[in-house]
Amino acid sequence: MSADKSGGPLARILTPSRASALRTSGTTVASSLGAIAIALTICAILLAVTGKNPIDAYSTIIETGASGNKLLEMMRRATPLIFSATAVAIGFKMNIFNIGVEGQYLFAALIAAEAGSHLALPGVIHIPVILAVAMIAGAAWASIAALLKVFKNVHEVISTIMLNYIALSVIQWLFENFFRDDSGGGLNVKTTLLPESAHMPDLVDGRLNAMFIVALVTVAIFWVVVYRSRFGFRLRASGFNATAAATAGIDARRMTIIALLLSGAVAGLVAMQSVTGEAFAYGPNATPIQFGFAGITVALLGRNHPVGIVVAALLFGFLDSTSAELQLAAVPNSIVKVMQAIIVLTVVIVNEATIRRMNIRTAERARNELAAGGAA
Amino acid sequence: MSTTTAEATNTSSSKQTMGRGRRVALIGITMLVLMSVTRVWSGYDDLTSSGTVGAALRLTVPILLAGLAGLWAERVGILNIGIEGMMILGTWFGAFGAWKWGPWVGLVLAVIGGMLGGLIHAVATIRFNIDQVISGVVMNLFAFFGVRYLSELLFVGQPQGGISQSPPQSSAIPRIDVPFLSGGPIGSWTTPDIFGWFEERHWFLLGDLAGVLKGLTSNLSLASLIAVLLVPISAWVLWRTAFGLRLRSSGEAPEAAESLGVNVIKVRYIGLLISGGFAGLGGGFLSIVSSSYYRQGQTAGRGFIGLATMIFGNWRPSGVLGGAAVFGYSEGLKLVAGGSITGLFLFIALVSALVLIITLSAPVMRRLVTTAVIGVLAFLAYLTVDEVPESLTQSLPYVVTLVVLATASQRLRPPARAGVPYRPGGAH
Amino acid sequence: METQQRRDAAMAVRLSGIGKRFPGVIANHDVNLNVRAGTIHAIVGENGAGKSTLMKTLYGMQQPDAGTIEIDGTERHFKSPSEAIEAGIGMVHQHFMLADNLTVLENIILGGEPARRGVINVSEARRRIQEIVAALGAEIDVDVPVSELGVGERQRVEIVKVLYRGARILILDEPTAVLVPEEVDELFSTLRRLVDDGATVIFISHKLDEVIQVSDDITVMRQGTTVAETTPGSVDRSGLAELMVGSELPSPAGRTTAIGEQVRLRVTDLVVPGAEGRPAVEHASFDIHAGEILGVAGVEGNGQFELCTALLGLRTSSGQIEVDGRDVTRSGTRARHEAGLAYIPFDRHREGLMLNAPLWENALLGRENDPALATGPLINIQAARTSTVGIIERFGVLTPDETTPAFALSGGNQQKLVVGRAMITEPAVLVAAHPTRGIDVGAQAAVWDEIRRARDAGMAVLLVSADLEELIGLSDRIAVMFDGRVTAMLDPDTTTPAELGGHMTGSHLGAPR
Repeated sequence: MSADKSGGPLARILTPSRASALRTSGTTVASSLGAIAIALTICAILLAVTGKNPIDAYSTIIETGASGNKLLEMMRRATPLIFSATAVAIGFKMNIFNIGVEGQYLFAALIAAEAGSHLALPGVIHIPVILAVAMIAGAAWASIAALLKVFKNVHEVISTIMLNYIALSVIQWLFENFFRDDSGGGLNVKTTLLPESAHMPDLVDGRLNAMFIVALVTVAIFWVVVYRSRFGFRLRASGFNATAAATAGIDARRMTIIALLLSGAVAGLVAMQSVTGEAFAYGPNATPIQFGFAGITVALLGRNHPVGIVVAALLFGFLDSTSAELQLAAVPNSIVKVMQAIIVLTVVIVNEATIRRMNIRTAERARNELAAGGAA
Repeated sequence: MSTTTAEATNTSSSKQTMGRGRRVALIGITMLVLMSVTRVWSGYDDLTSSGTVGAALRLTVPILLAGLAGLWAERVGILNIGIEGMMILGTWFGAFGAWKWGPWVGLVLAVIGGMLGGLIHAVATIRFNIDQVISGVVMNLFAFFGVRYLSELLFVGQPQGGISQSPPQSSAIPRIDVPFLSGGPIGSWTTPDIFGWFEERHWFLLGDLAGVLKGLTSNLSLASLIAVLLVPISAWVLWRTAFGLRLRSSGEAPEAAESLGVNVIKVRYIGLLISGGFAGLGGGFLSIVSSSYYRQGQTAGRGFIGLATMIFGNWRPSGVLGGAAVFGYSEGLKLVAGGSITGLFLFIALVSALVLIITLSAPVMRRLVTTAVIGVLAFLAYLTVDEVPESLTQSLPYVVTLVVLATASQRLRPPARAGVPYRPGGAH
Repeated sequence: METQQRRDAAMAVRLSGIGKRFPGVIANHDVNLNVRAGTIHAIVGENGAGKSTLMKTLYGMQQPDAGTIEIDGTERHFKSPSEAIEAGIGMVHQHFMLADNLTVLENIILGGEPARRGVINVSEARRRIQEIVAALGAEIDVDVPVSELGVGERQRVEIVKVLYRGARILILDEPTAVLVPEEVDELFSTLRRLVDDGATVIFISHKLDEVIQVSDDITVMRQGTTVAETTPGSVDRSGLAELMVGSELPSPAGRTTAIGEQVRLRVTDLVVPGAEGRPAVEHASFDIHAGEILGVAGVEGNGQFELCTALLGLRTSSGQIEVDGRDVTRSGTRARHEAGLAYIPFDRHREGLMLNAPLWENALLGRENDPALATGPLINIQAARTSTVGIIERFGVLTPDETTPAFALSGGNQQKLVVGRAMITEPAVLVAAHPTRGIDVGAQAAVWDEIRRARDAGMAVLLVSADLEELIGLSDRIAVMFDGRVTAMLDPDTTTPAELGGHMTGSHLGAPR
């Protein structure tokens, strides 16, 4: 590690590699920003073509952000996205496409809400127990797809799509026949309300609860497990090259099952912000839907990287939070969702192109550095 | 040696071609007998009434078109998870066109809207090499919110229009009753209603057959007719024309196709445009024929049910029609007769269909007997349970799809290279 | 006899001075080939002798750097296979280019469909195909999907496909490699009929008996160039084998240490099932002692790959495998690694590397359980990187640093990393498949030195190689594999080129050993 071995590779470890790592992540960030810029331009054109003033729209969005009062709203809206995107990203790390987060988290929300309402425990235990139940339920639902893939070779894309619909039926059946609690009255039927001890503490009264912290912790654990642990290494190795991983003695079936179970477990937490902190129950109209699909877009936008996921989730949370102001400014607020879809598509396309070009450049640079080294 | 193998393959091939014609007839007859028996036994006349069948046809068409959309995409080698989104585009553009310029223009615009979705999917997956599943998922989101935005611009403020609904259309696609068969008029003369007469007699089998045929020939929307005709047309184009052979070769062995001078890229673009067009037409049917306005969420997952029918229709147009008919019929029955009888039907039909698919390679008689036995057993099993909850029977199509994939996947023949990215020159 | 009368016929194909180089490799140089019209012309040579490159050049799949191609006396420059097809050249690839789910008829007419206003004229297609098939004296049911056909029938479909496009010159790349003997006979009679009808056949093979049996002329290739032209009448098997392998074998390097007593790898009656119900490896039994290198010679595709992957537990097999006396027959791959097996794979890209991952992660693959490289459940990244730097230095991997992704390295340097990763663990048994394939001469010597050093320290090596210099230079014994069986166990000190070539090409089979 000493500087005097200037010619040896040891001395070259730190500086150039750090530089290249920086270069890589720099290019990543730059290409993502560039893609977002392209997407915003496309949206501006779309707005202009449809007779709306893009400058009005964007300045409204920026003013909303600058006013700062949207910060908590942004974090609140980002929370379920972080869980959902992390769940998707775990699968992606070994090239498994978990489209079934939607079904997994709704199933988990029902089971966890019902289980939580039957327990009487002190808060410090009660909340973790509910979260654990949610994770187990999510993993259990995901296990169907895992077993079908490993033992019956059914592709997870098809099986998780089908399982999403099956989950909706099963949830409806369980809810209507067993878990429905009409004592609350009104149209907004739910499961039995959770006792006080199961209420997630608020970070800021009524505006942001502690699930946001849980989300950040989950992402941190995701980072450690995937990038620092031996298990995560095997997971990524299977994703990089399944044959090489198998040749190195990594059991592909086992990895597939574990990856899908973990993915389902994290998916189980998606609706916990609502169940433990807002609605205090599961309800067909109280529990938010569609976060499974939104999670796929956030994972793609964040390139399945923990930091990227948090940033992307905050960005989407922020965009979602501006819709009221946009409506006031006479801009249809659904442009926000269109914008999100365009951003994701553009980022995915630009990334694909950037990665290809970057790979060529890296190979060239490696050759050049060696040539220069050989000359010296 | 060579002659014996040739003979062996000869017989196996003739058995197979016989099997295909027979299979369709076999499934049809089995279904009719099962339904007839069940009707007489249970007394639910709606099982084979023309009203039920007519409703079933209307509900079958969108699923059928979604399934054909999936088929055209996968036959050229591209997965299309975005059918749902392309259908959404079809519902919106169709409703818009029908509202402004009448239903036929609406259908054309629906097709164009769907093709737009197909084009985006094609550019993303073929030109930019994006993962086909990712592109499809994003397509669904894009379409869902894109039409919401358009509604906000164009429908909000119109009479009865809004962010999630279009203004109603003033005219509809004409509907016909076939003369003589279902009493349609010729000029001012009302012809006899032959099927209707038989249906009212409720004779075993004959009455059922007449009910089914009357359902198919009366109050028939021309759009349904067109949609159903697209099944033989798809089959004819894909299996009888040079163009169709090139399309299929690009989904089976693109390297071989390219080595023989087929422009795989071009063929894949065309396939996805057709796929998008079919999905768009299916969406347009929902917003123009099934109803008279666009409504958010109108597609209700039919794009995915279409994918399911494509899978257990074994990537063949006739199979897709069969699968779509089972789903459409159960929905139609639910509309006409209510939930519990639908559960009964679905249960028996899907179990029987499953047995038929699983025993594809078995001799015809044995399959018939097995199916009948299992069908009766399923019926008895159904009777022992008081009532199968409707919420659960709704998920049966998806369960059956999974069971088919898990148990009979060796007998399915998906295009060999569907979902695998292809870059020209890869063969070298 | 008929063909004898056409001896004076014009040249169908004349290649002069063909050269083709790829980065770091000279695939062909100064290749001269003269194929008389209306004959079966065999091209023989070992793996890597340059036959495939030459045929790809002739078929327009790649352009030569030097030399000329003449077809029927006219000089041609093919930019693509379709231009070659237009000139009447057809190629039957070793790996068939057929769509399994399409019917035979569809496969044959694809791209050249007889059609009336877009509708395929099936009866016309049938008639044309039947004409060709009848001329071949064969029978094909054109209405079944290709997936229902056996290998021999598929090959016939490929031949018909090529003829359907009007090919007069047919290139067959190792057509008999996948056939059973009866099918080979049928193929040969088909080829005979073709040349009798005036076509020209270029036939690439390793199997000298077949070459002598069927061809009119033979061209031998070695190390990227044509070394001899002969006819079946003027050469026998052993003469041909000698031409193929070279007149002299490299001399084995003497060793100073003795082979140990301890059996480190014992394989007993190993049977590996292959495709088509034929075993890929049949009843292989051998011991490798401490400090011993057992070479495996053989033309590629004779069971070497299946043998190695079965040893690693990557495919099912029956029989018994012991490492250092420990029975690992029932163990998974990871357990076999831990028992002391290490593997240098055949295909570094497919089986060896994560191309998009940095070198240190590649070097860690399979070693992530090594306590020295882990801290509890976590990876010790610093240790892993330091260890990788060790591999880089010791095996001379040319790379800017250990964080460079693997794809950025040249093939040779990637190979050195794979070799280093396998050897750094000081395994009991090294299964090495082509350990120096694609790397330059200097680095090759370095890898050989490492293998020798580890051998002297007591490692047992199973060395699969197509490089005779490597095999003879390193091995203490050489097992020859042919058709899934170990057909000979040779002493590198005494074996002759004719003997080795004869065993590799199967022509010694049945002869007294």
